Amino acid sequence: MVIISQPMKNSSTMTHDVSNQVTSAIELRNVTKRFLTPTGQIYTALRDLTLSVAPGEFCAVVGPTGCGKSTTLGLISGLERPSVGEALVMGKPVQGIDPRIGYVFQADAVFPWKNVLRNVATGPLLRGQPKSEAYARARDWITRVGLAGFEDRYPHQLSGGMRKRVALAQTFINEPQILLMDEPFSALDVQTRTLMEDELLNLWSSTSASVVFVTHDLEEAISLADRVCVLTAGPATVKGIYTIDLPRPRNVAEIRFEPRFVQLYHEIWEDLRNEVMISYERNKQRV
Amino acid sequence: MSAISNESKETMTAPGNQEVRSGPANYRRRRMLVYVMRALLLVVIIGGWELGSRTGIIDPFFWGEPSGIWAQIVTWATQGTAQGPLWEQVAVTLEETIIGFVIGVVLGVIFGVVLGRNKFLADILSPYIKAANAIPRVVLGPIFVIALGLGIQSKIALAVVMVFFIVFFNAFQGVREVDRNLLANARILGASQRQLSTEVIIPSAMSWILASLHTSFSFALVGAIVGEFVGSIQGLGGLIQTAKGTFNVNGVFAAMVIMTVVALIMDALVTALENRLIRWRPNAVSDSTI
Repeated sequence: MVIISQPMKNSSTMTHDVSNQVTSAIELRNVTKRFLTPTGQIYTALRDLTLSVAPGEFCAVVGPTGCGKSTTLGLISGLERPSVGEALVMGKPVQGIDPRIGYVFQADAVFPWKNVLRNVATGPLLRGQPKSEAYARARDWITRVGLAGFEDRYPHQLSGGMRKRVALAQTFINEPQILLMDEPFSALDVQTRTLMEDELLNLWSSTSASVVFVTHDLEEAISLADRVCVLTAGPATVKGIYTIDLPRPRNVAEIRFEPRFVQLYHEIWEDLRNEVMISYERNKQRV
Repeated sequence: MSAISNESKETMTAPGNQEVRSGPANYRRRRMLVYVMRALLLVVIIGGWELGSRTGIIDPFFWGEPSGIWAQIVTWATQGTAQGPLWEQVAVTLEETIIGFVIGVVLGVIFGVVLGRNKFLADILSPYIKAANAIPRVVLGPIFVIALGLGIQSKIALAVVMVFFIVFFNAFQGVREVDRNLLANARILGASQRQLSTEVIIPSAMSWILASLHTSFSFALVGAIVGEFVGSIQGLGGLIQTAKGTFNVNGVFAAMVIMTVVALIMDALVTALENRLIRWRPNAVSDSTI
């Protein structure tokens, strides 16, 4: 296991500094989101949810499967609109898609007809940068995510982990101030996943981006985040918010053996377990 | 190429197989055999036909004979046809086919993408498109010939109509099937509505569109030739029409042989185009790299 030497992350102190200020990077104020199902019924995904993320903070959102975690990201990104309430990014209501936002999807969302280089350069090219510059920056990011030498490969020639690296480079190249991640590593095997989590912390430490990381895996949430937000079974609302006071830099593979980690895990799991049970019982009835 | 590994695996692992031959040699032998059998089949059919007509079992007046067909092709090639040199007839038919094909594909893709992206418009137009598609389109031939004359325009129009619907339905379906994650990702990365079409929707629908090109090219050829049947001054269809009028069955077959050769060459070209455009697809790439 490579111990990643990253500069001491000052996000924990930043969180404290900023919490005194009025501005937060992301704010959801009493949002409710309803969808119309194909059968014409109204489905409430989020109900009266309030959440704020400070600049430079890494916030993990956990909750039972299908509770509406991803919907929160949709609202922040501008891909979806709240039915009630307000979504604010950098103090301004979300209107359309904000260029300061990066989004890593759960499923593979790299373009299968583009090779690695062109995939990573997509953002800069779409935003009107000259080709030479976009490709130069893309090469740089490909090296940073450890894919140097794979520039000409197509996604189907890469492993799942490598495709995720492409997705990370594709997102980070746009230098997002807000990074939204929707269970990005859930499809990977456990070892690859730990590697990618370290990779993510490493990449993130060189930016000042605020992160909202959605996951159903509590271990992942605690090892990555500054704060963990537990959502209730759908319609989701905030059940509890926990500050993770584990020091950075962290080694994701080893942090889970630390007593403080175990303690936090117990504490949060108490909260989460009930919601998981509710969600499970509901699904059982539906089947 | 993957057949090699399959073959060698079979010979290596076959239990109790006494003669363990090297895979590649075995493969070459089998391929030779296939070629020989193919040639043999052709000889049997054409030889049987020729023999049948010589011995009077088949009436060459109605069914033609291979030697007569060949003689007809040679005559056309060396002395020209009643409508002018042979290559000119081929060129005219090809011109009609290719122009009709290109226009039909372009229109089909444009309409497919526009309607695929605009559900409202698609809902309005869908019954009319279904109705138009239900018409056997060759019946439009006489209308086009009356309206556009005996020249190549009427044949091109018929070829366009034949091609359009095939490509349209494929493009439409292709656009509908675009992965929502890819769309969302492109939007987040900064794509405008126009860029969404050019960068995501069209490339992604391309495999659907390309799949329709083979069929639509042969339909373009049908359109051109049927158009020539209905009324023409030049072209292979006209050649057939003339031959039919003079009870020259060998002439009909000769034109048919020429058309087949042309169609096969064009099909190979479409395949080459397809492989070029869709290099990113798993099977296409593995075929060329292994």
